[in-house]
Amino acid sequence: MPFQRIKCLREVAEGMSEPQETLKPPPPIENEHMQSDSTPSIDFDGREVCLTVSDLNLYYSENQALNGINMTIPEKMVTSFIGPSGCGKSTLLRCFNRMNDLIDGVSISGSIYLHDEDIYDREVNVANLRRRIGMVFQKPNPFPKSIYENVAYGLRIQGIKNRRVLDTAVERSLRAAALWEEVKDRIHETALSLSGGQQQRLVIARAIAIEPEVLLLDEPASALDPISTLKIEELIYELKQEYTIVIVTHNMQQATRVSDYTAFMYLGDLIEFGDTNKIFTTPDKKQTEDYITGRYG
Amino acid sequence: MASRQIPVHISQQFDKELNDLRANVLTMGGLVEDHLNRALTALSNEDFEAAEYVATHDYKVNAFEVEIDEECSRILLKRQPAAGDLRLVLAVSKTITDLERVGDEVEKVGRMALDLMGSDSPKSYYVGILAMGFHVKKMLHDVLDAFARMDSQAAFQVAQQDPQVDEENDAIMRHLITYMMEDPRSISQVLNAVLAVRAFERIGDHANNIGEYIIYFVEGKDVRHTSLQDIEQELKLSSKRT
Repeated sequence: MPFQRIKCLREVAEGMSEPQETLKPPPPIENEHMQSDSTPSIDFDGREVCLTVSDLNLYYSENQALNGINMTIPEKMVTSFIGPSGCGKSTLLRCFNRMNDLIDGVSISGSIYLHDEDIYDREVNVANLRRRIGMVFQKPNPFPKSIYENVAYGLRIQGIKNRRVLDTAVERSLRAAALWEEVKDRIHETALSLSGGQQQRLVIARAIAIEPEVLLLDEPASALDPISTLKIEELIYELKQEYTIVIVTHNMQQATRVSDYTAFMYLGDLIEFGDTNKIFTTPDKKQTEDYITGRYG
Repeated sequence: MASRQIPVHISQQFDKELNDLRANVLTMGGLVEDHLNRALTALSNEDFEAAEYVATHDYKVNAFEVEIDEECSRILLKRQPAAGDLRLVLAVSKTITDLERVGDEVEKVGRMALDLMGSDSPKSYYVGILAMGFHVKKMLHDVLDAFARMDSQAAFQVAQQDPQVDEENDAIMRHLITYMMEDPRSISQVLNAVLAVRAFERIGDHANNIGEYIIYFVEGKDVRHTSLQDIEQELKLSSKRT
């Protein structure tokens, strides 16, 4: 999937980014009081900042989906986004590798920096950006190819043909995704023969084969059984040694298990962002507490 | 936020479980208080029946502890509570441990009262002790009241009384030591009194602990092993914040 389609859609996407300046909707007013104290600078225990979001507003046509988001995401840590459906967490996640560019009528203001590079800069090559910021979706989406070809796909797109290089990369990625032992004897069989949990790990292997800096996971375990879920969670724990991980999840126990930092979003606002333990034991905001304890907001 | 109301969960069953949990702690607290009252009656009126009751009925308190502990683990397993709910379950689980220990101390006082009635020790040994007993009884009552209302200020007021109890303890001890020095034959009887003082002092400590758990639940701040001034500072800060 990603690279070919992204390449041909790039023109479309860049064409779409045109109206951003002309059709700028009025800035939001009603939530200003929230922004001021919902975005404290967190020191992340001395970790470097990987992604910096400033005053990010996003509109689906007329509807504002993100209201002036400000946050920073630490490097080589797991940051989770929680919140009810429609709160904008997936939208925000998709902003990080400009997946929203592909949706009609989306306009964005504000900025997102990957280290010190503005990813919404006109100069940015979106395909390159997506190589650096990989993404995995809720439903595993392997290509109808062999396990090997699935993982090697991104490298082939980059023009790598050397068999030995590909073999090494495939094995390394499958090992990193904790799938190698299960599939090493049938690596040339179709990927569709794998179970859902295996397919999801295969897709993660495919994403890390091209050595991205950031992995975006949009509910990576919500379609999986508990054992596969635990395997994915274990994998996330392993992967954060190498990658910055941002995960959207509806499962709050999962957020407490896998993430170092948690952001709670509600109706397009970032309500509270901080250390996961703090958020789940003594949140500062009543809205956060009501959501994580399952109360009427 | 001086007190904490529990708003409604989406799962009403969960609300019911938490309310039952709190109600059970209060029932257990009421039981312990009742035993303490009887122990004090036993001491002040040389009431044999009351002393015997206290000395033999601690099993009721223990049964409550076991039952509430089970409830806590059931809630943790089923609901995986977070934030305030999690703090409530943790606070309850610790509170009942302290209540159970109060029960043990009261049982000891009951036994001592029985011993004392069997001997001919002069009443003058127990004058200060009774006053101290009534003081810790009030502390226990107040802290249970603070638990019922989830009132961190009231819980703090209980904690503030602990130094007084410690002072009373020291004073009575000095007093009792003089008895022992004056007449070594009184030592065995005075030692009984010393143990009673010790029991009351411990009850004061347990009431203080329960107060700390209430502050932990309401404010989300762990104030164990913290000076009174620091706790006061915390409470002021948090009341300003909300």
